[in-house]
Amino acid sequence: MADTILEVKHLKKYFKTGRGMLHAVDDINFTLERGKTLGLVGESGCGKSTTGRVILRLLEPTSGEIIFEGKDISRIKGSEMRHMRKDLQIIFQDPFSSLDPKKTVSQIIAEPIKENHILRGKHAIEERVLELMDTVGLAERYINTYPHELDGGRRQRIGIARALAMEPKLIICDEPVSALDVSIQAQILNLLRELQEKLGLTYIFITHDLSVVNHFSDDIAVMYLGQIVEKAPAEELFEHPIHPYTQALLSAIPIPELGHRRERVKLTGEITSPIEPPEECRFAARCPLCDDGICRKMVPELIEVRESHFVACPIKQKEMGF
Amino acid sequence: MENKGKEEITDREILNIENLRVRFETEDGIVYAVNGVNLKLGYRKTLGLVGETGAGKTTTALAMLRLVPDPPGVVECDRLEIDGQDVRGMSINRLEDVRGKDISMIFQDPMTALNPVLTVGEQIAESIEIHEHLHKDEALKKAGDMLELVGIPRARLGEYPHQFSGGMKQRVVIAIALACNPKLLIADEPTTALDVTIQAQVLELMTELKEKYNTSMIMITHDLGIVAEVCDEVAVMYAGKIVEQGSLEEVFGETLHPYTEGLFNSLPNIKNRTAWLKPIHGLMPDPTDLPPGCAFAPRCNYATEECSASCPALKNMGGTHFVACSAYERDPDFLLERRRKNG
Repeated sequence: MADTILEVKHLKKYFKTGRGMLHAVDDINFTLERGKTLGLVGESGCGKSTTGRVILRLLEPTSGEIIFEGKDISRIKGSEMRHMRKDLQIIFQDPFSSLDPKKTVSQIIAEPIKENHILRGKHAIEERVLELMDTVGLAERYINTYPHELDGGRRQRIGIARALAMEPKLIICDEPVSALDVSIQAQILNLLRELQEKLGLTYIFITHDLSVVNHFSDDIAVMYLGQIVEKAPAEELFEHPIHPYTQALLSAIPIPELGHRRERVKLTGEITSPIEPPEECRFAARCPLCDDGICRKMVPELIEVRESHFVACPIKQKEMGF
Repeated sequence: MENKGKEEITDREILNIENLRVRFETEDGIVYAVNGVNLKLGYRKTLGLVGETGAGKTTTALAMLRLVPDPPGVVECDRLEIDGQDVRGMSINRLEDVRGKDISMIFQDPMTALNPVLTVGEQIAESIEIHEHLHKDEALKKAGDMLELVGIPRARLGEYPHQFSGGMKQRVVIAIALACNPKLLIADEPTTALDVTIQAQVLELMTELKEKYNTSMIMITHDLGIVAEVCDEVAVMYAGKIVEQGSLEEVFGETLHPYTEGLFNSLPNIKNRTAWLKPIHGLMPDPTDLPPGCAFAPRCNYATEECSASCPALKNMGGTHFVACSAYERDPDFLLERRRKNG
């Protein structure tokens, strides 16, 4: 039996703007099993970070359900919400602006423990802080330093320790390594993977970097302008990308090896505006396969075309006999 | 006659730097940013200057344009020539002729590189007006040509930077940099702020234009994938020094320096997704307090005591391949793990 920890149904998040409704997240569906990692990939403005924030209720969903451990958390309030927040945590992209510059490492990590009355007594809390610092590989001598005294990698370790302080079940990692140098990036990625194995964590890994997401995820969902256009197990997605956008995205990754200058799936134009988008495939304007008679008639549906492999492209669906 | 001229050109280098040292004298101490860099670049070649934050890549580039702020910056070098002209003692007037015309630079962040209160047309035309002594109308007409060249309709000449997306802004920056057909283009992380599909378009455009105008290029990047894609030569920097240098084939195919190997090992491998990454442990040394020996020794898996004692010089290892690592002096048959695996 699959042990589903999170199920997201018809999730929408619209923002009101001067020029109309901005469809940041537009009808997203997925399920996530306990202990697994879902990679949420896409380019800036595709709604991946908004999706993460709506799941955590840092932003209110416009509509849809967020079912965490069998319970819809999309409308809960007050103490129920506080309780839920212990189980769901987030690690932010920029370890500089997400840490309070006036607090020491120990104060930052202890804050959620005190706020949520997880432990009482100065001694018990300090012991827990040291234990968490050890878990994320921060030397004890940094306990009284301030974030600005530390480099990006160590700052990100503080962010991870703070998230772990609540003993969460699911962590949303929002571009956790994008601001770091490659050698430090690898240290943090290894740490996150170690923690997952040790603590049985479930991750939603939000990133624009496809090679990182491939390294890290069990399943990958590719987002484009607020919608999931393709979803599959990581290996399947990399070996048999079907949606023309996924193909373009994969072929655009520069590979650090000799003799890899290859043919690209070329995209022309830029991402269209997410404000009041027309009822058509949102990728149509940049798509090399676009057939106006089909693609501009309706919003394509996400259909399972191979085992566990979902695609929202009417042209490809037709080709594959759907 | 024309042919003869061309041959002469290929004999010289577009860029020749010897023993470049840059330090910043701050209240908190002296920051040794660049510590003895030698670089030569042939005409029409593209050099990838690779390294992590703080390696001194951007400072090296700024020194070439004499743009290092002074004070606190102090620049010293034995030779700094661009297209055969000595830039070191050049008067400011003469320097302004060279900048933008012979050598120009694309900065990392297109969002801040453009002036928000001028139209993109005015910004492109500015450098054309100055360098080619054209009338404003003519310069604007040429600015329109440049805009079309980078794939933006001429009709958008009168628009302001905020009306463009990130990828478009970077195209405008490229149009400005290329407006006067510079002989040498320095691109400092030109696509880091862009999405991958847009990055692919911009890189393709740069390569195309570079070939069309015979421009030489220095591509500053931390992304080895980009280097593999656009560069002919590679120089890897660490703590203000070049630690490995050679052709793309030499540096990628026959890697010599442990730091270069560490960079490769830190990257997730697309083909082997379950493998654990092998990061370089530790951090880059503090540039105000560099270790006496090899700056990489504290992080190096192959380091011995000798490495922390003396600083290795860049040595030729055959072909155009140079490395600064004392392991090869101790044992001429020394091979990195990466090489042992690759055979």
